[in-house]
Order: sequence, then structure tokens, then C-alpha cells
Amino acid sequence: MDWVTVAERLFDRGHDIVASGDLLSGVGQCGDTAFTVVGSTNHAEIGVELTLAMAKRVIETMRDHPGRPILFLIDTQGQRLRHRDELLGIHHYMAHLAQCVELARSRGHRVLALVYDQALSGGFLASGMMADLCAALPDAEIRVMNLAAMARVTRLPEERLTALAKTSPVFAPGAGNYVQMGAVDSLWDDDLAARLTAAFRDASPNDNRRELGRVRGGRRLAATIAERAATE
Amino acid sequence: MQSYYEATARERVAGILDAGSWREILPPTTRTLSPHLAALGLPAAFDDGVVIGSGTLDDLPVLLASQEGGFMGGAVGEIQGAKIVGLFERAKTQDIAGIVLLLETGGVRLQEANAGLIAVSEVVRAICATRVRGVPVVAAIGGKFGCFGGMGIAAGCCTRIIMSEEGRLGLSGPEVIETARGVEEFDSLDRALVWRTVGGKHRFLMGDCAILVDDRQAAFRAALARALRTGEDLSLTTVEHEQQLLETRLARFGAYGDGEEIWRDLGFDKPASVPLLATDALVALSEHVRAA
Repeated sequence: MDWVTVAERLFDRGHDIVASGDLLSGVGQCGDTAFTVVGSTNHAEIGVELTLAMAKRVIETMRDHPGRPILFLIDTQGQRLRHRDELLGIHHYMAHLAQCVELARSRGHRVLALVYDQALSGGFLASGMMADLCAALPDAEIRVMNLAAMARVTRLPEERLTALAKTSPVFAPGAGNYVQMGAVDSLWDDDLAARLTAAFRDASPNDNRRELGRVRGGRRLAATIAERAATE
Repeated sequence: MQSYYEATARERVAGILDAGSWREILPPTTRTLSPHLAALGLPAAFDDGVVIGSGTLDDLPVLLASQEGGFMGGAVGEIQGAKIVGLFERAKTQDIAGIVLLLETGGVRLQEANAGLIAVSEVVRAICATRVRGVPVVAAIGGKFGCFGGMGIAAGCCTRIIMSEEGRLGLSGPEVIETARGVEEFDSLDRALVWRTVGGKHRFLMGDCAILVDDRQAAFRAALARALRTGEDLSLTTVEHEQQLLETRLARFGAYGDGEEIWRDLGFDKPASVPLLATDALVALSEHVRAA
């Protein structure tokens, strides 16, 4: 689904979101609630410019609209793989965005995310994965990297990874596996405005993804080990 | 063991903390193994490549995690991530001066794919949340594998980063960029180029790392103690300031293609000599020219 359709279905009372290059930004009105919308489109490569632009919107929201919820609309092929971005310290830019999101959360902003197309590793860590609640459209693609590249880097046979991906949520791309593992709260396959309203109402500022992974069976050990590390 | 670079995760703990203060949490005897590696026919480790525990550093009570580069390049899997996140949970109930992270990692453990990515995300979030609560998180980077991938973002979220010249910090490693874009984009075998791009000196001059030290355990220890006593909390003022710094950096250096061009702009008349400078000489020369 393209971002225009997604925005229309999310914001039943209108929005002024615009795409400027790969950046999406604006305000959407869902029921009685206005959301700051920040995101990307065209399977954006997330480089230093886009990261800074997103952080700027989060900061402006904290400063000018205290308490207003923030929605990330995610469509990224991952971080930009360029020498220049590394030279400039892209990890620092992304860390800055992550910190802005955390600060917004601590100041009472609800932070939500919707993967409406594709989400890959680095491009997703500082935005959608920082949200109180991250949802996805059913056909969204979420993954670390493709299996061919993974086979190359790990020097494991691709056939073996492909076989494992059929049975294990750990290896298989796809939003459903991230639901099982607790990183995606739910798949939004019906009334998007109703889903957004419910998420705004129910999202918890505490990171409950390990617990969800345990309950849903896709990531059984993380919650137990973290508990033991915290208490033993 | 004098060299931080050469030391193992456990040797670093011994070199950094006050003698006799260390108490390991979930030690190898508890056999906290990765549940995913056996399916790939890969060996597991009883600590999953990270050592966590409590101790004192220059009399300051701290919680500490130390990654073992010798096990899968320090990459973060489900168990390793959960151990680190649990340590941050523990910090909520203890009166500590801060959390110390001795980072050596390629980031997400690809052999655990989705579980690794989610684990790294939980670590990033735990660091940010801890800082918001006013507890400093300080990181040291000076091992063979550097600090890359999502853990590069995690490092960037810390209150202070301490590096040695030998340390490397970035998001996508040179090999990853070369594989994706070709050797013309980034020649990962050109060691000098790699260090001019992600090495400790460049990171220090850019303001990505707060303290540059020699590759000695004692130097890292002293710098960590200093960092624990000087960090600031995360606030709207600090992120606004950071936004400005990063915008200025992009405007000033965004058109350059090499570290040397940036160093010249910073005021080094002979940028080619920067890699040859001793750490204290570089630090002294940089007093007035550092980007941040």
C-alpha cells in the first residue's frame, strides 16, 4: 500500500502530510487526536540527512506541541551504505534520533510506528523499533538482510538458511515473525483509524517486547534471561 | 595484561575495576547458551560472548558488561542481548554511579537474524531510558573488532565514549559497504583509509568520542572513572544542542570525501601527519580545533 492510501485510511479527519524527497512529514488527525507524522517512502536509504530531518520533527513536536503523539511511517531498505555517511558518523546521527524518541516518550508523548512497506535493520532501529508500540501491515517486509547476503557474511549455505526460514521465525523475513517474537505488536489488516486509536489508548511506555515474545512463543528465552540478570 | 586491545573480555574487567570488587552475574557455570546456534551446527559459549556483573571503579559502584570479540566477533544474539538488557533492569533497583559498557562487537549476530536485531534494539532502548533517568552510561571501544552495526548506534546513545586510536566505531562496517557498493566506494583492505574513516582519532576529532586514550588498560580505567563523574542528563536542551552540532557538521564537512580534508578544515595544516601523532600530542593540538 502506498503512503497516501495509508495516510487517508489512518487519518479519518484529514492530514497535511507531504513527501519531500524520501521524507514524510506532517500532521494527521485521527478522531480527536492530532499526530505528528514522521517517516520515509520509496524504500528510503536512511542517511545522515534523513535522520537529522526526522530528529528535527521530533524535537519540534516536544518544543511546540507538548504531549502530542508521534507516529512513524516506516518504509526503508536500511541505512545508507556509503563511505561518506560513515565518515560523517551516521551511527551518531541515528543515536541522536533514538535519544530524541526516548526523550519524547519520557515527556509524555506516545510514540507509535507502522511499517507500511518495508523495514530493514539499521534504518528501523532508531525509529520504529524505538516506538512504544510498532505495528505492521500484513504484507510488510521486515528483516535484517536478505538470505543470500546473510549466507555470504556468515559463510553458511544459503539452502540451509532457506530451509530454516521455513520453520523458524528467527530466520524468516516477514512481519508475522516479528509479531511472534514480540517486536511487532500486531498486524493491522482492517480499519486503520480504529487501530491507531486503540494503539494510542493502549500502548505502554515500557519496553514489553521480551514478554510478548515469551507469551507468543517466538522468542522464549530473552525475557527469562533478562529477569535472571536483573535479580540473581 | 597491559594492552586493552589484546585483552579478553574478562581480562578487561580485571584491568578496569578495583581489585577484588567484581561479582559476575550469570557466570559460565550457569550455562546461558544461545538456543539458535546448534541448529546451524555452530558452537555456543557458556556466557554467550558477554560478561556482566557489578563492582567498583575508582570506588564508584557500577554495573558492567564486557563483550568478548573472540566469540563470534562480539555479535549480539538473543541471550547476549538479554543479559545486557537485564543488567540495565538491575540498575533500576540499585544505587550505582553508572553503567560501564566495554564494547567489542560487529552488531547484530546474523546467525540469530531477527532475534539479534530485536536484542540490539532492546539494548539501544535500555541505554536511552537509563540516561533519561539520570544514570550515566559510559562506553569503552578499543578492541580488535571495533563497534559496528546497531551497537554503533547503542554506543552513540551513551553519555560518554572512550576510545583508543586502535578502536573503530561506525554503523556499517567497511566490508559490508564494499560488498554492497564495490571496492570503489570503500576499500575495506585499505587499513589507513579505514582508520581515517572510523578510527579512534577521527571519531575524537569529530566529537563522536569524548576521551581519546592510549591502548593501556590503566588509561581506559582512568578515563572511565572521569567519564562517570562528568556526564550530563538527556534533556530537551541537550538534544536541541546536539541537533545543531550535527547540522553544522553536515553543512561544514558534508562535501568532503576523506578524513584528511576534514582535519585540514579543522585547522591541521598537515593532516597527513595526524595518524602519526602520539595520543597526547593529538589531544593537545586538538584543544581548539575539535568539531564539537
